[in-house]
Amino acid sequence: MWFTVEDGLTYLVGTQCTACRTVCFPPKTGFCPNPRCDGEQLNETRLSRSGRVWSYTNSCYPPPEPFEAAEPYVPITIAAVELDREKIVVLGRVKDLTVADLSVGMELELTSEDGVWLWTR
Amino acid sequence: MVVDAVILGAGMHPWGKWGRDFTEYGVRAAKDALAEAGIAWTDVQFVVGADTIRNGYPGLVAGSTFAQALGWTGARIASCYAACASGAQALDIARTRIMAGLCDVALVVGADAAPKGFFKPVGGPGDPDWLRFKLLGASNPVYFALYARRRMELYGTTQDDLAAVKVKNALAGSLNPNARYRKAVTAEEVLASPMVADPLRLMDICATSDGGAAIVLASRDYARRLGARDPVRLAAISTVTPTFPNTVLELPNFATDSAAAVPPPARPFRSAIAHAAYEEAGIGPEDVSLAEVYDLSTALELDWIEDIGLCGPGEADKLLRTGQTALGGRIPVNVSGGLASFGEAIPAQAIAQLCELTWQLRGAAGARQVEHARIGLAVNQGLFGHGSAVITTR
Repeated sequence: MWFTVEDGLTYLVGTQCTACRTVCFPPKTGFCPNPRCDGEQLNETRLSRSGRVWSYTNSCYPPPEPFEAAEPYVPITIAAVELDREKIVVLGRVKDLTVADLSVGMELELTSEDGVWLWTR
Repeated sequence: MVVDAVILGAGMHPWGKWGRDFTEYGVRAAKDALAEAGIAWTDVQFVVGADTIRNGYPGLVAGSTFAQALGWTGARIASCYAACASGAQALDIARTRIMAGLCDVALVVGADAAPKGFFKPVGGPGDPDWLRFKLLGASNPVYFALYARRRMELYGTTQDDLAAVKVKNALAGSLNPNARYRKAVTAEEVLASPMVADPLRLMDICATSDGGAAIVLASRDYARRLGARDPVRLAAISTVTPTFPNTVLELPNFATDSAAAVPPPARPFRSAIAHAAYEEAGIGPEDVSLAEVYDLSTALELDWIEDIGLCGPGEADKLLRTGQTALGGRIPVNVSGGLASFGEAIPAQAIAQLCELTWQLRGAAGARQVEHARIGLAVNQGLFGHGSAVITTR
């Protein structure tokens, strides 16, 4: 859900209003969130595959259910990544990197695993 | 002529982890507020309950739960939920009714009994609050930590600065009999506490608590008839929403709004909340004697101080380091001890903030009294975009 994989490349799937071009992630149905737009036609659109780290953190303790934490638990890393073209910040878990590897402004790109999108270098 | 709403009484059940029914905390707080107001429960014409979603059906209709526990009187009623802003919503409903001349005196109550540990999702599969745990493992502290790291990057805030916020608030809380944590702490203790969500440690993050708070509101005429001279005035309540596109990542969202088609508003959400309250009260940040801000984390206190205009962006650290936001400083922030000393009892929190402002403006805050307190501001924010700010004047 919310992403697609083509030729080994993962793309987030959002929506774009046909009237005002506003992009949404996660995808929306029905009504454009722009208060000055009456658009009701929101088409699926692929978002940029890479962006720059807006901020990042980790979860040193296992998050509560329904998260399926590994056992033994290894802290998960989470990044908020700013997509330049869409001017949107999207959260995602980070694959194979810890907070020590990350910095604000660093470029990350999208991948996916086990049914969820992930940011990676 | 617009009717003035004034505060006749404030009451709180101490915050803690008491393990009892939330109703008890709310009723205790209500009875104390009524006693302080010098009126009987049977005098109350309108009662508003701020709902709790973690305490079954009675929590979802808190107004009637409290009213029944106090004894049915036939008073009019409302119940409302707006996450952390529930208390402000409840106050606003009561205030509006008083200002409209539909009642003279109202009781507003909020109470919670919180589970241990991270808040778990409330909704089921498909609910965004459930999905953020499922897909991201993003507990509330994860969001607080993202803001904190961003702040450190933008403004050079250090972990020592964050620890200094906790030290300041713990000292204030040690003077407050209603606080859950009443022990002063050292920066070393904060820095030695376990990391929860980098860069935030356990002692940077607010706990979840049991507690209750209540306020008796009245028209100025009613207060005068009771002989209340110079009561604290409820000068403004701001309950604004964000303006599209909201470019700040909000709990429990996966992404911000996109600013590609519409440029971001001049005033981001948190500063818009305070701005609307200032406009309504006809004052500015320079007039404020003390502020209660929603310190879900130590870093967020610094953000709020800038958002409410006590200083420019990136300057809150300097105010902190020079002692200006401490008790006795130029503009004390969170002299109640803040969430750092209370922990969050969600629907009670905005009401508790108003209790503190009321006691401070009356000069009744004891060891934590701010000298010459004339104008108080409290700010807060509910999940998904519920603004909450209150201004009191004397």
